[in-house]
Amino acid sequence: MEDALRRTGGLLSTLAVLVGLLVLWEAAVWLFQPPPILLPAPSRILTDFLDTPAYFLRQAGFTLWTTLAGFGLSVALGVALAVLVVSSRWADRIVMTVLVMLNSLPKVALAPLFVIWMGTGAEPKITIALMLAIFAIVADVVLGLRSVDPDALAMARVNHASPLSILLKIRFPNALPALFVGMKVAVSFALVGAIVGEFVGGSAGLGFVILTAQGQFDTPRVFVALVILGVMGTLLFYFVDMLERLLLPWHVSQRGQAGGH
Amino acid sequence: MAPLEHPGLEAMTEATAPACVEIERLGRHYGLPAKPIVALQDVSLTVREGEFLSLLGPSGCGKSTLLRCIAGLDKPTTGAVRVRGKPLSGPPAGIGMVFQRDVLLDWRTILDNVLISAEFQGRGRKENIGRARALLERFGLGGFADRRPWELSGGMRQRAAICRALLCDPDLLLMDEPFGALDAMTRDDLNVELSRLVQLGGRTVIFVTHSIAEAVYLSDRVAVMSRSPGRVAEVFEIDLPRPRPLSIRETPEFGRHVGQIRSLFSRLGLVREE
Ligand SMILES: Nc1ncnc2c1ncn2[C@@H]1O[C@H](COP(=O)(O)OP(=O)(O)O)[C@@H](O)[C@H]1O
Ligand SMILES: [Mg+2]
Repeated sequence: MEDALRRTGGLLSTLAVLVGLLVLWEAAVWLFQPPPILLPAPSRILTDFLDTPAYFLRQAGFTLWTTLAGFGLSVALGVALAVLVVSSRWADRIVMTVLVMLNSLPKVALAPLFVIWMGTGAEPKITIALMLAIFAIVADVVLGLRSVDPDALAMARVNHASPLSILLKIRFPNALPALFVGMKVAVSFALVGAIVGEFVGGSAGLGFVILTAQGQFDTPRVFVALVILGVMGTLLFYFVDMLERLLLPWHVSQRGQAGGH
Repeated sequence: MAPLEHPGLEAMTEATAPACVEIERLGRHYGLPAKPIVALQDVSLTVREGEFLSLLGPSGCGKSTLLRCIAGLDKPTTGAVRVRGKPLSGPPAGIGMVFQRDVLLDWRTILDNVLISAEFQGRGRKENIGRARALLERFGLGGFADRRPWELSGGMRQRAAICRALLCDPDLLLMDEPFGALDAMTRDDLNVELSRLVQLGGRTVIFVTHSIAEAVYLSDRVAVMSRSPGRVAEVFEIDLPRPRPLSIRETPEFGRHVGQIRSLFSRLGLVREE
């Protein structure tokens, strides 16, 4: 109850700050009259969006789908890799070495290669989103799977638990909070990956909109795409956050004021 | 829980009961072989079937290490542990273990936490629900079966952990300072409950503690351990009659046992105010 109140309060103050900034921005543009090619007013951005809302939403839809596909794959593949890493020393060495190598390469530099390999459809975007997102998932889940109370493992061993049941009943639930930490980072990275993919090749998505609008010096359109991206990124983050509240009501960070000793 | 009388058990002296756990010249070293940390050295001890034995000593004297060797969780560097005649290679069958921290799993209800030992042992969850509920009832947790661990007090959590250890009816119960994190009153409560449980018979208990009074109150024998290197200094018989009400701690007999152990502690230079 108190928790819900606090959260609505937080949301309200965020909105207030946002509206205040927009008003300030609008006033500044009205006062100093910069050319729209440098800085369009918020009202101009809105009217540009309202000219062709279906177009912008379709492009946003494409970016959203490649982001979610890359993100979903990164979670599935990342969890599987993390399980592999904690179950064998060799898998640990191989997987971690490859991942660290991949992660230290700037993905933007790899993007053109994926376009050559996969064409200009959704696939290279999804792949780049996946590559950017997966590292956070693997790193956090490995940590979660490993940081199990040694006494809990001793309890399991005294009961002759099989390695599989230890994984499913102790290690995996123990890693869920860490998985969500990783997912919150990964979802933003997946969005970056999708946009990078659209920058490099293709004819759809908000990245493509930004690129073409830039070519025409149509700054207001760039801003429309940026605003949609910002809203999308925020919503994606809160989507994962909501999922966490729903699935992990037992976790300390979710308990609020309830319980305790 | 009604205290049951077991006249037959009373008659069976320690010497006639068969050995349950035999520890023979056990040593456990940590660290490099060239510069070992000697946690245990040359420990020999026999625990009889149905006996309640306490390992008593200051922290760092190797009590947990010894218990872990008996549980098959740790391998001795030298010597051997046999449980019912069989040398250990991993945890033996039919043991239950309770730790200082309750290690209840936050994502499971209390009932499901108790049931996990049956699940791990492949005995089936459904078949054991009735038994788990009965155990919780007996330990005063009947109304908390569907609560989460964090909604319970420390004492209640530790009771749940004891239920988990008892679910599959182990005949050897190993307890590593199970009440060490509890306040004095809760500790008294749990001492009484454990004492009643032991009274029902049929169970061998090895109990680690650093409280002299707790060891004397609960045990048939108390093995006092000393530090650096960890070894068993002396074993005391506690011939106080059972059932033992808490008030037995006020009797001169009880005081005599405590005094004997305390004087050994000061002779060993291990005095500790309890
Ligand atoms: N895993 C370990 N690695 C190194 N030293 C250890 C380890 N476990 C225990 N020891 C050492 O062995 C000694 C006995 O420890 P322990 O059995 O935990 O004592 P107690 O339970 O009586 O407090 C201590 O000196 C401790 O530092
Ligand atoms: Mg200890």
